Parts: sequence; structure tokens; C-alpha cells
Amino acid sequence: MIKALSSRIFFRSILIFNAVMVLVPVLFLINSSLRETNDFARNPIKLATSPHWANFSSVWANGAFATYLKNSLIITVGSTILILTLALGAGFVLGRYTFKGQNFIMGFILSGMLVPAKLAILPLFIQLKWMHLLDSHLGLILVYTSGALPAAIFIMSGFFRSLPADLDSAARIDGASEFQLLRRVLAPLVRPGLSIVAIYSAIPIWNDFFLPLVFLQTPEKKTIMQGLTVFFGEYSSQWGIIFAGLTLAALPLIVLYLILSEQFIKGLTAGAVKG
Amino acid sequence: MSKTGLQREQRKFTFLLLAPGLLTIIIFTSIPALTTLSYAFFHWKGFQRGSFAGFENFHRLFSFPFKDQFLMALRHNLLVFVGIFTLQTAAGILIAYSLYRMIKGQRFFRTVTFLPVIFSLVIVGYMWQALLDPFYGPVNNILHSIGLDSLARTWLGSTSTALPTLVFINLWRWVGFPAIIFLSGFNAINQEYLEAARIDGASEGQIFRKVMFPLLAPSMTIVAILTFIGAFEWFDLPYVLGGSSGGPAGATDTLALMFYRLSFGSVDSGANEIGIGSALGVLIFSIVGVGAAFGSKYLRSREVDV
Repeated sequence: MIKALSSRIFFRSILIFNAVMVLVPVLFLINSSLRETNDFARNPIKLATSPHWANFSSVWANGAFATYLKNSLIITVGSTILILTLALGAGFVLGRYTFKGQNFIMGFILSGMLVPAKLAILPLFIQLKWMHLLDSHLGLILVYTSGALPAAIFIMSGFFRSLPADLDSAARIDGASEFQLLRRVLAPLVRPGLSIVAIYSAIPIWNDFFLPLVFLQTPEKKTIMQGLTVFFGEYSSQWGIIFAGLTLAALPLIVLYLILSEQFIKGLTAGAVKG
Repeated sequence: MSKTGLQREQRKFTFLLLAPGLLTIIIFTSIPALTTLSYAFFHWKGFQRGSFAGFENFHRLFSFPFKDQFLMALRHNLLVFVGIFTLQTAAGILIAYSLYRMIKGQRFFRTVTFLPVIFSLVIVGYMWQALLDPFYGPVNNILHSIGLDSLARTWLGSTSTALPTLVFINLWRWVGFPAIIFLSGFNAINQEYLEAARIDGASEGQIFRKVMFPLLAPSMTIVAILTFIGAFEWFDLPYVLGGSSGGPAGATDTLALMFYRLSFGSVDSGANEIGIGSALGVLIFSIVGVGAAFGSKYLRSREVDV
């Protein structure tokens, strides 16, 4: 009895310790973003009792920051919409139809999941340059789409396959065209799959550092993660502004995560966990 | 609608819906992946391809000055893999098991555990750079205030502590991922086995070691393979905190950083060496591919079929 109780206390303290380790740095970051640089330098560990919002207006006044955020948003939203559209269509065809060469196409798509983007970076760089897609958001969107698409099609075709076959014949008897069948009948039913694919694609794209570093050169085209490295260099000892910048870059995702944590966990571990 | 009409519509639809996706994958993944191998066997001048080079690029990679860089980077990648794998697996299983045993309030702790995984490594890197700042960082401040001055150091600035510090930051950011994988591994274990062991009088510790841990093998396979690939492609964190040359003084240099310098030119030397960079790329891919293939074969063989 006592042993069971003490083991429960032990495992609970593991979780509490872990929660403290996770939350304290994040709270420190947010807290410090509301403190004046001089005040911070005098004593780094203190609560921001009178919030110094000016840090955030300084970040915003540096117009580049808003541009970085906007660029990241364009690239992430653009890629995600393209991935969802293409994966919805391809997933429907591969999950609901049977046709010649289907296994070959599925195998080809699966092989695309094995190629690490970093390996192909040099030919991709030269190819994008040749296609006039280097240093462009569209080029980056296409590369991200291509990278996420194999897994996205795989996930979506699984969702389509799991729907009962009667749905199709019933809709066809009612006179629905194939497009109407997909749009009105099946697409609403695979929405959980779409949300997994959206998170699986959008989060790594928003967070990505490597591809924008290589493919984007014009300062006005850079993404927020690249922008932070510029920003960090520019304000190297102005702690208040640095923390405000980091907070501003991290906060959108934190808020989304707190609302949709279950979907985030499912989406980001998709492929690694069965079911 | 006649049968043939439906078939014709379906065939049209199949083409219409599959072609754009397949074309995107072919152009932006397949073609670059296939041509990348050939790059290593040519001479390059900037981004201009020259004559056939045979194995010369590989030969140059293994001679001065690249050989020493390569061996040091490889050593770092190996250390990082061993360090990250050991720490993340141990901590991940401990957290996962604690979550598994918790009946009420599991959701809160699960959400918190996974939180750092959603952060970009750029944000994580800079956040920890601030936390570990030798003068203004709270970590050293706390150490000073509780009288542990001897433990305070320039965590990211000295060659002896930089790499272990990066491994720790990586652990902070990533441990939630294996924890969730292991948790779903625990949840997948059939309750009947645990009941049977309990009836046989096994203690909770024995049940964990003899029944649950072996049944966790599939999760272990996934975590090990993903960690291996991640460790040998390690780039973002060392780049953000140590620059493209893996500072301080190359103490955090990795194969991926070296590949980046050779491919796109480094800050100090400027010029790039695409041929040698591609040779290194082929090598990294072989290490990752062969390691992951053999690793998963070995790890799968120790998964118990039930």
C-alpha cells in the first residue's frame, strides 16, 4: 500500500519536474519580453510587474519583422493549401478507384517519402535557378509541396479507403457526378485526415530554417526564422527587444497549440504512430 | 449513366487528379534526387559543371584540409547520436510511463510534454542562448545565487561544453516526441498480459521490465531510426548557435554544416566546392541509408510477435 503510494508520488514528481523544465524557460521568455533592457540587465530573474509593452512596438517599428511574418504566412498557407488540394484529389483516386498501374504509382509515391530534402539541395538549387524560381516564394512553395505530398497522399488515401463503398454507388444512383461525389459526399467525411495533413505539413514549413536559408536571398523575401537570425544580430544586447521578437515569433504557434493540442500531437506524430 | 460513361469519366478524373501531384513530386523531388549522385563525379567551377572527374572529389575529401574536418564532424555526429539517443530514450520512457500510470490530469501533462516539439529550432536556440548567457543568463545567475559559482560557465562559448550543451538543448526541444511515441506504445499493450502477470504475483517493477519493456520494441525501433537520421543530418541548432563553421573553433561542427559550407561557400573562404560537397552528400546519405536499413532490420528482429 505504502509502496504503491510512494511509486505514485515518484511518477507524479517526474511529470511535475518535466513540466517545470518545459514551462519555466518559456515563461521566462514571455516575462522578459515585457521588461526594459536596463532593468533586465540589472537583474535577469524578476517578474515584469509593470509590463513594458514598448518592446513590442519597437519590434513592430522595425518594419522588416512584419515583412518576415507576412512572408512566412504566405509560404506556409500557400504550401498547405496546395498540399491539401493535391492530396485530397490523389488520395480520392488512389483510395476509391482501382485502375491499371495503381500499385506502381503508390510505390512511386511511397519512395518519395524516403528522399531527404537536404540530399537533393544542390541539384534543386541549380534547377530552380534554371526555372527562374530561385529566390521566389513560389519556388519554395513548390519544393515544400513536393516534399510533404508523398506522406500527405498516403495518409489521405488511407482515410478514403476506410469509408464504406456503398456511399459511392448510392451517390451515383442519385445522379452525382464523380466530382460531386468527391466534393459533397466524401470530402466532408475525410476532414479528420485533412486536419492531420494540414498540421503535418504546416508546422514544419513554418518552422523550417534550412530551405529558406539556401533558396531566399533578397532580404525582403526572407521568412521569420531567417529573419530572427538577422534580428538577433541587429539588437544583440537589447534584451527586451530580442525577447519581444522571439515571443512574437513563437506566440502564434503556442496559442494554436493550446487550442488544438490533440490534433497537433496526432498530426506531428503521423507516420510514426500506427492508428 | 451507362457503365462505359462512368468508366470514361473515372479515367478522365484519375488523370486529372493524379497528374498535378505526381508531376510536382517528379520535378521537385525525383529528378533532383537522381541527379545529385552524378554531381559528385564531375569537376565544378562555382555552379558551372566541368569535365568528368571520376573519384577525384572523394579523393580530395579524404585529403588535406578536408580530411581532418570530415573526421572531426563525423566524430561529433556519432557523439551527438549516442548522447541524444541515450538521454531521449531514457527520459522519454520515464515520462511516457509516468503519463501512462496517471489516470487523472494526464491531458495537461501530455500537452506540456509535447509543447517544445512545436517550436522552431531557431526560437529554441536563441531562447537557450539567452538563458545560458554567461553574464545575463538566469542559469548562471541562479548558480551564483545558490553558491555554486564553480558550476557556472560560458556554456556555449567554450569548446569543452558547447557540444554537450547543444545536445541538452536538443533534448529539451525533442524529448516530448519519443515520450508520446512510447506512450502510445504503452497504450497498445494488451491489458490481459499485465493482468496475467499480476495474478502470477509479479511486482510492478517486474511487470515493467519483463512484460512491458519488451513489448515496447516497435516504438523503440521508430525512435532509434528517427534519432539516427536526425543526428546525422543535424544542422539547424549548431548553425543557429555556432554559425556555419560550428563555433566555437569547430567544436560543434557536423557533417551537414560541412556539406553546407562546401556547397554554398563559407563565410571565411567564400568559394564553394560543389564536387567535394556532393561527394560528402553521397557519403552522408550512404551513412544514413545503410545505418537506417541495417538498424531497422536488427531492431525489427527483436520485436516480439504477439
